[in-house]
Amino acid sequence: MGRYIIRRSLWVMLVLLIITLVTFSIFYLLPNVKPELAFAGKQPTKELIEQVKKQFGLDKPIPVQYGLFVKKLFLGDQFGWPGFGFSFNTRAPIREEIFDRLGITVMLSLGGALLWLLIGIPIGIVSALKRGTKVDRAAMGFALFGVSMPVFWLALLFLFIFWKTLKIAPGTGYVPFSDNPVEWASHLVMPWIVLSLLFAAFYARMLRGSMIETMSEDYIRTARAKGLTERRVIFRHGVRSSITPVVTQFGLDMGGLLGGAIVTESVFNLRGLGSYSIGAVRDGDLPVILAVTVFTAFFITIFNLFVDIAYAYLDPRVRYS
Amino acid sequence: MAEALLEVRDLKVHFPTDDGVVKAVDGISFRVDRGETLGVVGESGSGKSVSFLTVMQLITRKHATLEGEILFRGQDVLKLPPEEVRKLRGAGMGMVFQDPMTSLHPLFKIGFQIVEALRAHQDISKQEALGQAVEMLRRVGIPKPEERVNQYPHEFSGGMRQRAMIAMALSLNPDLLIADEPTTALDVTVQAQILDLLDRLKEEFNAAIVIITHDLGVVAEHCDEIQVMYAGKIVETGNARDIYYRAHHPYTWGLLQSIPRMSQLRTERLQPIQGLPPSLIFVPPGCSFHPRCPHRFEPCDKEVPPLLPSDGHHASACHLPLKEKERIFAEEVAARA
Repeated sequence: MGRYIIRRSLWVMLVLLIITLVTFSIFYLLPNVKPELAFAGKQPTKELIEQVKKQFGLDKPIPVQYGLFVKKLFLGDQFGWPGFGFSFNTRAPIREEIFDRLGITVMLSLGGALLWLLIGIPIGIVSALKRGTKVDRAAMGFALFGVSMPVFWLALLFLFIFWKTLKIAPGTGYVPFSDNPVEWASHLVMPWIVLSLLFAAFYARMLRGSMIETMSEDYIRTARAKGLTERRVIFRHGVRSSITPVVTQFGLDMGGLLGGAIVTESVFNLRGLGSYSIGAVRDGDLPVILAVTVFTAFFITIFNLFVDIAYAYLDPRVRYS
Repeated sequence: MAEALLEVRDLKVHFPTDDGVVKAVDGISFRVDRGETLGVVGESGSGKSVSFLTVMQLITRKHATLEGEILFRGQDVLKLPPEEVRKLRGAGMGMVFQDPMTSLHPLFKIGFQIVEALRAHQDISKQEALGQAVEMLRRVGIPKPEERVNQYPHEFSGGMRQRAMIAMALSLNPDLLIADEPTTALDVTVQAQILDLLDRLKEEFNAAIVIITHDLGVVAEHCDEIQVMYAGKIVETGNARDIYYRAHHPYTWGLLQSIPRMSQLRTERLQPIQGLPPSLIFVPPGCSFHPRCPHRFEPCDKEVPPLLPSDGHHASACHLPLKEKERIFAEEVAARA
């Protein structure tokens, strides 16, 4: 197992390297992306363009630029490790900005994740066991609603109802936990709910499907034939088998979300990684786009590794060597 | 006669479906006594598994319309509250299923699965239960049970898994062990071992055993009583000698003729039963076997033949006169078999 983890970690590095190459190529080789033009003023002179190029390191050949980027990424730059350089737009170090914003994204994602597991899993189990009844239909109606509603629309709807009309929720924005824990929580409640509804619905449907399949397995019949209580048959034998796909999906979703819940962050004006990347894309701030992409890719590959390791514990038939 | 261990009276199991009512079991009565091995033989869809899944209450009123009585140790299982039924399962009657590949939980250790059964019915510690699990594995002939108990089903071969299933089913010393096609999924050499094991354990545990099978050849040496089922009904019942040496029902003859024999010449073909098993929604009128029966005559498609005894115990449901049955068996079936 130890060897397996080491080997997989090396793979993660390689995957990240490939991702940087692809991202780098896309953004730097596109014909109409000329950062030096964007930052050299309205009527750039040739000298000014050269100056900007030199300042941003764009005067070097592209393979060298890429090499420098990778070197800084893995070894750190003047702002620390990992070295992401500075934003073309603000000239501020990206590394600091990312770590500042990461906290908000992590809190949003973890809170949302907890909520969607708490909602999705029970609904999935109950509707599988009550398949075809009104309970099941109501649950799947909710799931269809949750899956179909665009997040930005749901977020605006929530703001309209709970903030503007009922005035029971604070508006957008973020209050640090250390400033005021109550305000912190009340500002995050709506983003958590909005973020979790989609996932809760999706997880409920997924678990329902896998649970229905499991409950018709021969070994469930065996469990009943042994005289186990129905509760034990369902939770110990049924849920145990059905939860595997949920764990897989959860790992992937968490990895993706830690790279930034773009829409939720934007609507609720939370300055997390998602809103950072959307701003960077809007402004054509290439180093930031690169940095956020690498960061997201890192989370996704790392969580992929977690999922694979979790698998070995969840299913004894899977053994890595 | 003493009280039967299991007595089933006029059991009907009908599944309502969109296409009509599936009459999977349509009025069967039989009994199983302590220390006896009953073989239940029939094709797929004859109702043999369904009737015993109903006895185990793995098919309940939730799934199907149930009629009749299932008396186990004098109590009607169909009238028991769910908690009483649960206590009966495992402890009163155990069941071994056809496919040991899919019947054990793939994510739990063999030992855990036995321990769990023990602890569902007895107030004992995990350690004690694990000790008993090891002992059970030893008794069903699994080598190195102390190690095996900590292994997962996928680390067991098919035969060993079926032994583990049997160990699990017998761990609570039930009075009745129902084995549903226990050897169908196994290699031929392993089949004989499993059946011998069941014989031995029946003596050791003083249990009654029901072996459900589609292969009359399999149960030959292992059953005291045999009942042949067709389309949800019992068409012939008797002791093993009755069924093998003086069968009275054309369907039983068909089954006997389709057993391959070593003495058979290579050029001789097995005689399959013509046609297909009937739909259980539109069961043929009269004798449900008549469309496939080579000996059918006038009343067969109109009147349902009752299951009538010919000599006290041996009974068959067929309109042919007894003399005619004996003649056909002697000339056509025994001569070839």
